[in-house]
Parts: sequence; C-alpha cells; structure tokens
Amino acid sequence: MRLSPVSRNVLRLAVGDTLAFIYIPLFIILLYAMNPAQTLAWPPESLTLEWFPKAIQDQAARDALLNSLKVGAIATAFALILGTLASLAVARHRFFGRESVTFLVLIPIALPGIVTGIALNATFTQVLGMDLSLFTVIVAHATFCIVIVFNNAAARLRRMSTSLEDASADLGATPWTTFRRVTLPNMRSALVAGGLLAFALSFDEIVVTNFTIGVGEKTLPIYIFETLFRPNQPGKVYAVAVIAILLSMIPVYLATRLTRGEAATARGAGAAGATTGATN
Amino acid sequence: MIAGFEEPDSGRVEIAGLDVSGLAPYDREVNTVFQDYALFPHMSVAENIAYGLEVAKVPKGERRERVSGALEMVRLSDHDDRKPSELSGGQRQRVALARAIVNRPRVLLLDEPLGALDLKLREQMQVELKQIQSEVDITFVYVTHDQDEALTMSDRVAVFNKGKIEQVSLPRDLYEHPVNEFVADFVGISNALDRDGKRFTIRPEKIRLFESGESTEGLDTESGRISEIAYVGMVTRISVALDSGGAIQLARQNIEAESSSHNEAINDQVVVGWRPDHVVPIQSQIPNESSEEKSS
Repeated sequence: MRLSPVSRNVLRLAVGDTLAFIYIPLFIILLYAMNPAQTLAWPPESLTLEWFPKAIQDQAARDALLNSLKVGAIATAFALILGTLASLAVARHRFFGRESVTFLVLIPIALPGIVTGIALNATFTQVLGMDLSLFTVIVAHATFCIVIVFNNAAARLRRMSTSLEDASADLGATPWTTFRRVTLPNMRSALVAGGLLAFALSFDEIVVTNFTIGVGEKTLPIYIFETLFRPNQPGKVYAVAVIAILLSMIPVYLATRLTRGEAATARGAGAAGATTGATN
Repeated sequence: MIAGFEEPDSGRVEIAGLDVSGLAPYDREVNTVFQDYALFPHMSVAENIAYGLEVAKVPKGERRERVSGALEMVRLSDHDDRKPSELSGGQRQRVALARAIVNRPRVLLLDEPLGALDLKLREQMQVELKQIQSEVDITFVYVTHDQDEALTMSDRVAVFNKGKIEQVSLPRDLYEHPVNEFVADFVGISNALDRDGKRFTIRPEKIRLFESGESTEGLDTESGRISEIAYVGMVTRISVALDSGGAIQLARQNIEAESSSHNEAINDQVVVGWRPDHVVPIQSQIPNESSEEKSS
C-alpha cells in the first residue's frame, strides 16, 4: 500500500502517541521505584537503586509472588486441558447447541470482573460452604483462563483442515493416535500462546481475586494494592511493581513470538499456492 | 465410501471379496490421495511417508527401506527432510502419492489428485501416475471431473450422475458407444439429433463439411447454415444449424498450414455428412435434465 506523506505522518504520530500513552506511566513507576524519599513526591530529588534489593528480600512480597505464580500456573494448566477439550468438541463435532456452547464459553471474558467476583464469592461461601483460599482463587481464575485457551485453540482448529485428521485415519491411525500425532502437534503453538496469555491475565488479576481469596493470603497484585498507601517505604512497593511488570512481559513476549512463527507452519501443506509452485 | 469416511445408505462395499462396509477408515486396506493432499505440515517428507508404516508398527529397518523406495519412485529422494511447505505443488502431490502407496493398500483412492495443478503439470503427472500404477500394480480408483483425464488415465471408466452409475466401460467404448445422452454429453461433445422419431448422437470429429461438388456417396447428409466458427488451434469448431431442425457442432482438423485455405463464413449454406455407422442411437431422456447436474 502506498501512503501519501500526510497520511504517513498521521500514522506515525498515532503510533507515537499510542506508545507514549502506554509507556510514560510505566516509566514514572520506574522513577518512583528509584525515589529515595520516604514520601511520594514529584519530581524525585535524586535516584537510587536501594529499593530493589529490599523489595527482593521482602518476605511478604516473596510469598505474594509465589502465590501468584502458583495460581497462574495451576489455573492455566486447568484451562489448557478443559479449553482444548471444549475447542475440539466445538470445532470437530456437530451436536445440538454447538453455536450456543461457543457463545457461552466466551461470555466470561466480557463479564465485569466485579460481577464474576461476587458471583463466585457467593457460590463458594454461601452455596458450597467453602472457606476461601488460594484454591478458590485458582478456580476463579480458571474461568477466564479457559476462554483464552479455548479461543486460541478453536481458531487454530478452524483453520486446520480436517483432511489432516482424515488422512491420519486413512493411513491406519486410531482416533487417539491421530489426536496425539496430528491434531495436537498442529495445535501446540496455539496452546502455548493461549496458555501464556492466560497466565499473564491471571498473574495481574485483582478484582476477582479480591473476592475469592482467603483471609491473610495475598497474590502479588493484592500485596501491591494493600501496601501501596502505607506510608513506610513507598519506593519498595514501586520496586515490586517494576519487577511485576518485567515478569509479566516474559509470557506476552513469548506468546507473540510463538504466534508469529506460526503463520508459516499453519499454512502448511495444502494445495493452496500449488499452481504457482515450480514443477521441480 | 470406499475409504470409509461416509457410510452407504444401502448396499455393501467389498474389496477383493471382503465386505468392508462396517469398517472404520483405519481398518481398511484402502489409502487415499486427498484433493488438498493433506500432508502433515509438522512432519518432514520422509516422516509423512513413514506415518502409515509407523502406525502399523512395521519394524524400523523395513520401514526405512520402504520409505526410501517410495521416495525414489516419486523422484523425491533428495527432498526427504524438507517440510511440505517447502515443496512445489507437483512435489506435494507426489509426496501424497508416496505416503499412500508405501502402505501397499489393496485399493488406492485418488480424489481429484491433480485438480490443484496447472495444465502442463497436470498432463505430466498423468503420465507419471500411469507409470507408477503399472509399477506397483495396485487398483487405482481415480475420481475426476476432467473427462479427458478420465479417458487418458483409465482402464475402466464409470460415469456417475447424481450418485448413480450411468455407464461402466472401457474409455474407448464410453466415447464411441455411450449408452445414453447423459454419458454422450458428459464425455466429449455430443450432437444429439431427432430424426424420424429416433434420437442419435454423432461426435464432432466424425462429421465432414462438404464443399460444393464434392462427392457425398455412402454418407448421410444434411444441409444447414453455419452459425459459429471457432478456431482452436488443432481443430476448427464449426456449428451448423440444420435445415431439418437441431444443430450440430463439427470439428475439422487444421491439416493445411494456413487455416485461411478454408473460406466459409457465418451464415453460409453448407452440406454436412457422416458415415451411417458412426451414428450412435441413444435412449431419449427426460428433456429437462440439464447439463449442470452432471458433475456429481
């Protein structure tokens, strides 16, 4: 596509604004994390790195981080299994209400977190009579993690020709072998990307978590939220926040990398483009 | 239905006398070359070909031998570690063929295997397929919409119309002696005419166009007016509206170096003729059975 100089500049400006809009606040967090003062003041008078070792050594922060990793990992694992199975059911089998199931599975992602939160809270404490704990947080997080995995997996399955599975059956493979050796390998990158995104979402979730977590237990976002406005050592909390930012960048980065590499392999071995191909 | 992806409403599928109607695709000695090839994109060429043998638990040594034999047969021995996405259309087609043949099925099903290739490549693959078929000596069931391809490739041709077989015969018989108008019209161009309450067809290349004064002895002749002339290289197609009703198309070999040595023009009054034994009587059909339905 050719762009006129004007529209090119407009686009350039838009990209610049978008990036600034997203990253300037993050940069300010970084400045706060390096502010030696005991109170939040702008602008910082000098810069220091002393908060970072303190943040890393803080036991409460460490526990909270560990909890977050645990919740994210288990909820994602749950979601990977259920989301994959659901996507297979929807994309590979015809059954009554298939469209509705697709729709129903997708809804939780659009629900306000606070609604999900109070709904799950009521279910756990009132209906099921459970004590809130990390386990309830995991179940709660799994509800939206499944959506992410399901979406990724279903999109992949829709693009993947069913003739691959037919070919496998034709060559003598049982349905289970076909799933293991053909369907799953072709879904793998979609599942990894979906799993990483799901983990990232779980890792910084606070609203639903707040309604489903046990007394005295904290995930990292909750730790940050609760500690932020305590007067002592504000820089330490910001340092924790910076670390959290860095940590959540890893899965997102990996997810984008993986889905990009995908484009080449997913196009795969179909006849598309065959007419343009050279003979030999 | 042969491969087992669809179940027959009635009747049975037998392979070498064995009823396989109730068997799943993976329990049948049938392998398929799919229209879109359906190569596994995450496996190399050699892995694709070895898949069926692995699933069947063929010992490793034999497996390697048979895979390299199949690669050789389709002339892809030096491409064994490529991914399907790195191959051209014709090469993918050959991998799909090798992947199916390596299992030595009783029946090889080819579902429009050359449909995605351009004309030149398709003709080249037709020749290769025929060679391979005589090499491996497996029954090929070849599905195609290309009538020329069907005649070229086959020992026996079955013409289907809406799921029903209209005629099964040798390619030559199919063309020269179609049993009904559908077959006559589907395979090649037919000229169906009604004369004296009887219906018959005659192939275009068997009709001659006569210049005035030429002898038409021993031939059936009719007069008419040229309605269309199309020069198509090897032949010139001339449509003639006959005076006694109906229209025919004839094909004249362009034997002369210059097609300009013929100078007929549209609306010329002409005489056409053919040998009586080239006329194929056919049963009339329900007239509104349109030609669009023939592709089933």
